[in-house]
Amino acid sequence: MNDISIRVENIGKRFQIGQKEESYRTLRDTIVDSFYAPFRKAGRILKGRAAETPDNKKTMWALRDISFEVRKGDLIGIIGRNGAGKSTLLKILSRITEPTSGCAEIRGRVGSLLEVGTGFHAELTGRENIYLNGAILGMSRVEIKQKFDDIVAFAEVEKFIDTPVKHYSSGMYLRLAFAVASSLDPEILIVDEVLAVGDARFQKKCLNKMEDIGQSGRTVLFVSHSMPAITRLCKRAILLEDGMIKADGLSHQVVHQYVNNGSSTSAARDWPDPANAPGSDIARLRGIRVITEDGKITDSVDISKTFGIEMEYDVLTQGHVLMPYHHIFNEENVNIFQAHDTDAEWRQRPRPAGRYRSIVWIYGNLLAEGMLYVSSGITRVDVAEPQFYEKDAVTIQVFEDMDNANTARGDWSGDMGGVVRPFFKWSTQYKKK
Amino acid sequence: MIAGGRMLTERVNLEAGLLNAENGAPVIRIEPSVGWISLRLNELWQYRELLYFLVWRDVKVRYKQTVLGAGWAIIQPFFTMVVFSLFFGKLAKIPSDGIPYPIFSFAALVPWTFFVSGLSQASNSLVGSGHIIKKVYFPRLAIPIASVLVGIVDFILSFMTLLAMMYYYGISITMNAVWVPLFIALAFVTSLGVSLWLAALNVQFRDVRYVVPFITQIWLFATPIVYPSSLLSEPWRTLYGINPMVGVVEGFRWALLGTSTAPGAIIFVSSLVALLVLIGGAYYFRRMEKTFADIV
Repeated sequence: MNDISIRVENIGKRFQIGQKEESYRTLRDTIVDSFYAPFRKAGRILKGRAAETPDNKKTMWALRDISFEVRKGDLIGIIGRNGAGKSTLLKILSRITEPTSGCAEIRGRVGSLLEVGTGFHAELTGRENIYLNGAILGMSRVEIKQKFDDIVAFAEVEKFIDTPVKHYSSGMYLRLAFAVASSLDPEILIVDEVLAVGDARFQKKCLNKMEDIGQSGRTVLFVSHSMPAITRLCKRAILLEDGMIKADGLSHQVVHQYVNNGSSTSAARDWPDPANAPGSDIARLRGIRVITEDGKITDSVDISKTFGIEMEYDVLTQGHVLMPYHHIFNEENVNIFQAHDTDAEWRQRPRPAGRYRSIVWIYGNLLAEGMLYVSSGITRVDVAEPQFYEKDAVTIQVFEDMDNANTARGDWSGDMGGVVRPFFKWSTQYKKK
Repeated sequence: MIAGGRMLTERVNLEAGLLNAENGAPVIRIEPSVGWISLRLNELWQYRELLYFLVWRDVKVRYKQTVLGAGWAIIQPFFTMVVFSLFFGKLAKIPSDGIPYPIFSFAALVPWTFFVSGLSQASNSLVGSGHIIKKVYFPRLAIPIASVLVGIVDFILSFMTLLAMMYYYGISITMNAVWVPLFIALAFVTSLGVSLWLAALNVQFRDVRYVVPFITQIWLFATPIVYPSSLLSEPWRTLYGINPMVGVVEGFRWALLGTSTAPGAIIFVSSLVALLVLIGGAYYFRRMEKTFADIV
């Protein structure tokens, strides 16, 4: 019938500025204010500015004109810088706070996890806290009872279940908290950065759990700062900036736009004006592009697909042996590899002047997921003299589609480490004993 | 839609699926609320298990790491009674409707302590639960209600002490005692009603924290605890019922100790006032509720 599970229309939220610093007013302030208010209003009327509300300057919109729809079973990532309004949006959809304008409609039971361990009480035991926290998150007693053993097993706290949680290590505490939270079974799940806790091993466990939740057909809104997690878990992402929707679309494209600070030219850069182009009087850069196998410019590439980096350059003075090259860095600024032009036709051959286009093809199943930064240059090889080196000339988002069977990931859906992700051949021998 | 809901939840536990199939998919509408809004008591009823767990938590935690534990529930009113008996009973010779002064004052102190502890816990409850309010949605009314309900446990303990004292003073229980639950309910309603106002105000104005001890102190003497309301003549005595705790205290004395005057009129006035305070408080609370998560 109707498969929209969340519909948001022009939601806006206005905050009073300075509210965070002075989180409460004293009664005196209000009494004094209300005493002076009529005089101030009279003053404004006398000055002919009656319509001006004094509040205008003191407020800011944390969210403005937010509209989107989420279909049943969709996993949507919400990204954006701190203060972009992500948490406020989740709070409105969780009904924790009210919007100032607009409306939203949610079909189905909503569970929100804006924090793990909400309402945990240090004096209570693990067992007691499971019940308390479960109830706070909206589970019934019967439901918690049914899931109790799973929760304890997932959190790995069997031995300490009757110990007050104040004696837990912080790791145990977080595991228990996440275990309760993730046993929540609503039709619509709203999750905020829950994964940013715990040790690496537990984070993987959590991410796998998230993956399960995503595949169980529930609608999920997921706020995270982990871009690989967003691109892997969510097909669609919404980018918020200054309280407004900046982008809404395929997650790898939105993530790409976000990571590149919104500049859409990052997958391809051209220097049409030779005066500004990097270069020397021997060689000058004219353009760098990331392209697919069929030659289209792309800002994000599937992890299993071959892609090319194309360099367009002018040779201005003939007779030098030149070598174009690229250095590839990841988000942690690790130099993953360097690619030097090894085209046999031009090796050790002095180049005539003219326009050149060199493409290096980087095969699929080599790089790990994430953002890559390409720095490109040309150097003379005969005398080892660099002609130019353009740092971070272009960026590429490598993403992995969960449905893609031809990757190194295999059946693992959690986080994977490593700066490269080669897809090796495996073979297993088996002999019955 | 129902079938879809069922399919979606098939991996989810059966119960949730059935729940969904029964109700259809509930549609929640989120929009700015204006003016006076519904109390949504049915929603509060849906969250009764949370209410239960909140009470249960506070009861569990209340006397952790104390040596005397629940003994405090008895010690506090008991020693207040001893002091009152000494100063007001023995020295000031305040009349006590012909009943031994210690039990006269203790019968009033038992419901009074319930009222005051509910009031002081609940008026600070929203601020104390700020971290939950900011992170999870549920009807906020559950918080102050739970805080007042927690006092029931202490009340039962001190009430048993009262029964023991009645036995000691040779006062036998009469049929009038069946009315006691009504007076407990009246104390609860009064405590909750005032708390709803104060709790909601406290979110915005932390002055409440300083006002509460002050209020309770004055209220103590504005209530016939150390003296009988029979010091007043009619119609002033009935009018005195405007303070709902007058009805509670006089009701307790009448139902348990058999003080001469059946305080029907007082109790009627007190109940009326208490209900008005409660309803007003509930609406004020709901009206302010939308701001709680933002400013608590």
